[in-house]
Amino acid sequence: MTRRSLPTTPAFVLRRIGFYVLICAITLFFAVPMLWIASAPFDASPGLGVHWPDWTLENFRKTFEHPYAMHSMVNSLLICVTTALAVTAFAALASYALSRVRVPGRDALLYGLLLLSSVVTGTAAMVPIFVMMFQLGLIDSRFGVALVMTGGLLPAAIFILKDFVDAVPKSYEESARVFGASTGQILRDVVLPVARPGLATIMVWAFVNSWGNFLVPFLLLRSIDKQPGAVLMQTLTDEGGSVNLQVLPVFSLLFSIPVVVLYLLVNSRYGFRFHGGIKS
Amino acid sequence: MASASAPARGRAPARDVAGLGVGRAFGFVAPAFLLIGAFLIFPAVWTIYIGITNYRLTGVEAVSPSIVGLSNYTKALNDALFHNALWLTLVFVLGSAIIGQNILGFTLAWILRRTRPAVRRTVEAFTLLAWILPSTVVAYLWVAFYDRDGGTLNSLLGTQGTAWLIDYPMACLVVFNTWRGTAFSMMLYSSALQAVPPSQLESARMVGASGWQTLRDVVFPHIRGHVLTNTLLISLWTANDFSPFLLTKGGPNHESETVPVYIYNVALQGGELGYSSAISFLLLIANLLVSLVYLRLLRRRS
Repeated sequence: MTRRSLPTTPAFVLRRIGFYVLICAITLFFAVPMLWIASAPFDASPGLGVHWPDWTLENFRKTFEHPYAMHSMVNSLLICVTTALAVTAFAALASYALSRVRVPGRDALLYGLLLLSSVVTGTAAMVPIFVMMFQLGLIDSRFGVALVMTGGLLPAAIFILKDFVDAVPKSYEESARVFGASTGQILRDVVLPVARPGLATIMVWAFVNSWGNFLVPFLLLRSIDKQPGAVLMQTLTDEGGSVNLQVLPVFSLLFSIPVVVLYLLVNSRYGFRFHGGIKS
Repeated sequence: MASASAPARGRAPARDVAGLGVGRAFGFVAPAFLLIGAFLIFPAVWTIYIGITNYRLTGVEAVSPSIVGLSNYTKALNDALFHNALWLTLVFVLGSAIIGQNILGFTLAWILRRTRPAVRRTVEAFTLLAWILPSTVVAYLWVAFYDRDGGTLNSLLGTQGTAWLIDYPMACLVVFNTWRGTAFSMMLYSSALQAVPPSQLESARMVGASGWQTLRDVVFPHIRGHVLTNTLLISLWTANDFSPFLLTKGGPNHESETVPVYIYNVALQGGELGYSSAISFLLLIANLLVSLVYLRLLRRRS
């Protein structure tokens, strides 16, 4: 920003003040609700309104001792790592073929993918998916949850990845081919290294999206020991009582860490910003 | 939902540089399309069938369904609770997406355009944090914020004993969702505003145009397309958002039961899978119409 000599009429000063009041008001609007997540986990008496927290780590002990809290993090990890890996692998294969080979009807197909990813939302498909999994006997299976999430994330993933693959210069593959490399070698030694940022991005994107997904596991999982973190929070609030007042804030904080860390990591390495996920 | 541009038309597909061959290319796309077919396309199509049956879920036993024609749809026509859900969804979309996120997002993009980098980064960090935190965490931090006994809101306003989520459920949902989604619009408008030529802003200043005039006559024509597509997209997300369930479960007494929550309550609480599928199908059609308009606008812009 270049420094111009600024006029200092009263009107200008008033405008300046108004401008900063507005910025402060908006910042407060975003910051104040977050106070809870920053202070309640360390507060001996949460739920007593706004006060300086009575610092303690007791809530953390309670959370680690809770029979299901940390276990649900493991469930979340299982489900989301499976989903992220499956989405990345299948989307990589599909987007590479769509980018490099004259598959008939390719453009219509991509257009259809884009439509699918916004039309068939988790909410709109919740009943048929529930009935389908019910009849397949896949209710209460973490693997089933990962499958449903993978299907839901794939269209957008293929679409985003195809942009990445399109940007990889084809001359690399052509020269490798001239030197007699097999398709497998070309993929492993030429395409994969160049497409790595795109793959990392998609993997993180799929992980973050499934980490926050509440509806699918909520619909499909019945037993508490299989619930991922997103659903366990609902269970903790429904239980009521003092346990969750101590456990819920700590759990929220711990549950947010992976998402924030991954976001910062990807953002600093690739300067990438999340597209909206398929939010459900 | 990728915010990518629509597929470019008329560009010749690449030659087969890696020697995949069409046969193997189909092998490459097969696993992805099997999963998409099984968990997206098939359920969407199957909704049509379940929606014309009287499929019910009773306890753990599903009663075998029989076809009842369009009676689920006529039921929806006369169902006061469904009309209520439609109305609440409209309020939710209008309040939190079209007005809340859109206007707050644009305002932020506009005023942060020329502030000091430190100020801009701070404000952006808070809005982005609200956007990337898991939705369940955000829902419970707002439940704690609105809480009657220990809630931050009552402490701030000195309105001890007000149960916000029970007395004003829709207002609570609108504020919550505005807070959560503003970052997306802010980022989108931030990049859109870079297309406005500084020279035009400068000349508007020279002829002494007011801020409003500048916005209306200089800025808006450049970002009209972005405003339209963004509004469509965030409205679509908001109409399909399930998080109201996390704050209010649709209560008290159906006062915040938007369409997604109603579908869930009819299907999983009431066990009426046939009827809820009919409503799901209506939602799918609405999503399809909005998406088609969105993609058409996007193509025209590029």
